[in-house]
Amino acid sequence: MTNPQTVVLEAHNLVKRYGSVTAINGAEFELRAGEVLAVIGDNGAGKSSLIKALSGALVPDSGEIRMDGAPVRFKTTLDARHHGIETVYQDLAVIPALDIASNVFLGRELRKKGFMGTVLRQLDKPRMRTESMQHLSDLKIGIKSATQTVETLSGGQRQGVAVVRSAAFGKRVIIMDEPTAALGVKESGMVMDLIRQIRERGLPVILISHDMPHVFDVADRIHVHRLGKRAGVVDPKVRSMAEVVALMTGAMEPTEEERNGGA
Amino acid sequence: MTTSTTQISPAPPRSRRDWTWVARQPLVGPLAALILAVIVFSIGSPRFLSPYNLSLIGQQSIVIGILAVAQTIVILTAGIDLSIGAIAVLGTIVMAKTVPQVGGVGALLIALVVCVAIGAVNGSLVSFLRLPPFIVTLGTYTAVAAASQLYAGSATYPVTSPLLTFFGQDFGIGAWRTTLGVGVLILVYAVCFYVLHQTAGGQHVYAVGGNPTAARFTGIKINRTLLMVYIMTGVIAMVAAWAALGRIPNADPNAYQTANLDTITAVVIGGTSLFGGRGSVVGTLIGTLIVGVLRNGLTLIGVDNLYQNIATGALVILAVAFDQIARRRTQ
Repeated sequence: MTNPQTVVLEAHNLVKRYGSVTAINGAEFELRAGEVLAVIGDNGAGKSSLIKALSGALVPDSGEIRMDGAPVRFKTTLDARHHGIETVYQDLAVIPALDIASNVFLGRELRKKGFMGTVLRQLDKPRMRTESMQHLSDLKIGIKSATQTVETLSGGQRQGVAVVRSAAFGKRVIIMDEPTAALGVKESGMVMDLIRQIRERGLPVILISHDMPHVFDVADRIHVHRLGKRAGVVDPKVRSMAEVVALMTGAMEPTEEERNGGA
Repeated sequence: MTTSTTQISPAPPRSRRDWTWVARQPLVGPLAALILAVIVFSIGSPRFLSPYNLSLIGQQSIVIGILAVAQTIVILTAGIDLSIGAIAVLGTIVMAKTVPQVGGVGALLIALVVCVAIGAVNGSLVSFLRLPPFIVTLGTYTAVAAASQLYAGSATYPVTSPLLTFFGQDFGIGAWRTTLGVGVLILVYAVCFYVLHQTAGGQHVYAVGGNPTAARFTGIKINRTLLMVYIMTGVIAMVAAWAALGRIPNADPNAYQTANLDTITAVVIGGTSLFGGRGSVVGTLIGTLIVGVLRNGLTLIGVDNLYQNIATGALVILAVAFDQIARRRTQ
């Protein structure tokens, strides 16, 4: 078991400006091993810019990002992926006409060995199917066949496929950017279950969400983002939903400990 | 901590006993239409099912059929290629005019370079400059068609080179004979089927057309995929040009005037969505055969060519209507 206090991913004093607009204004960030960290903030608070910096979709002007204490620089999302950081997006990032196995391995296809694979570039579909089924059952997603096309699935099931893809390749960190924004109530519950499954496997999850009940349902700690920086990190067992919303809007001030990153 | 199992409702089982999934397959409609047309025409004309006539339908489908494969792949990326027929026509003229100086192999290579270059121009404009494929290929169509006329000097060029007319040779057993061109048609379909379904590049074609945002998120190089698709269009156009000289050993800048639209007709009738990401070359092969059977059959029972065009046009609209309805139901 990993020590729950071990910091996996951290950022210090991040700054990003677009002309006269400051999207990230000296933000701090800390993700610990094995936790679900919710990132919340009002619209325009800059939380998506922060997340983009952590997933390599944006290069900060200054500040530093560290993984396991060592400084890293993400110029593209591929850089972040090479460090084991995978992102699940709110729009269902799946290809309708391809089957589940092809979607899970999209962009990272496995080729057959020998002549068929190296010369004729043939995909190893049986292996991709077997491994996809393994990943699906790891997350306790009851699906019988990885050969059905994703367009035959519901929205929640499609997001399930996207989550499986991230969990399969995200060796260190899974970022979920509003993963339930496009989903109904029941399907959102399914994605919440998946987040718990990922945590049980020991992978830390960063969950960006507007949905307070969801956040209080799964998060171990809540990072409150306000005015381009971290206002504080709070414990959902200590703070109520109303208090967290007040912190988010600035109606309430965080405690000294919360401001410094929480317990 | 709650540990629950996320139940994703089971897939419709595709066991051997349950065959209802067959009716939901996208190819069922086109295939049913093809079988229906064959039945109707075989009743309407005793000659329709003769080996000679079936071989004729195959031969008449060669050029459009080969070009329609390329068109399918372009349309799968949510693009369209209006220049493909014109590129093939230019290919035939390049082959016919260069063969006296450079010989058969040289003529084929020069035609390949020309066709690939035009495809690469289309692909670069579509991918790197992000121009709409409709406009880009409308432009290259106009330019290439004019270039063919200028280069040919409005003359036609009979071809006698055995290599260039190679695909006109026939093969078979007894009365069942057809030309090598039909074999080329089938080979092009087989190769493209393999590439689309068994290689990563083919999967990326579906990804780029089906959900470009998702394709980008998963690290697929969209520009490179698009460029490769249009370059491959050039290669297939050259193959079609070669097969065209096998069918009619005469390079004519005024030939295959309707090829561009005929390929789109075959693709759409074959069930490939004009919105990209959905469809297959198998459907296009069926679509090509539907158009071939329809034209051949209507001719046999004595229907005027213009009425045949009306029938084909109606079929295209019907096919697009089916596609739209299917899309609405899955969304």
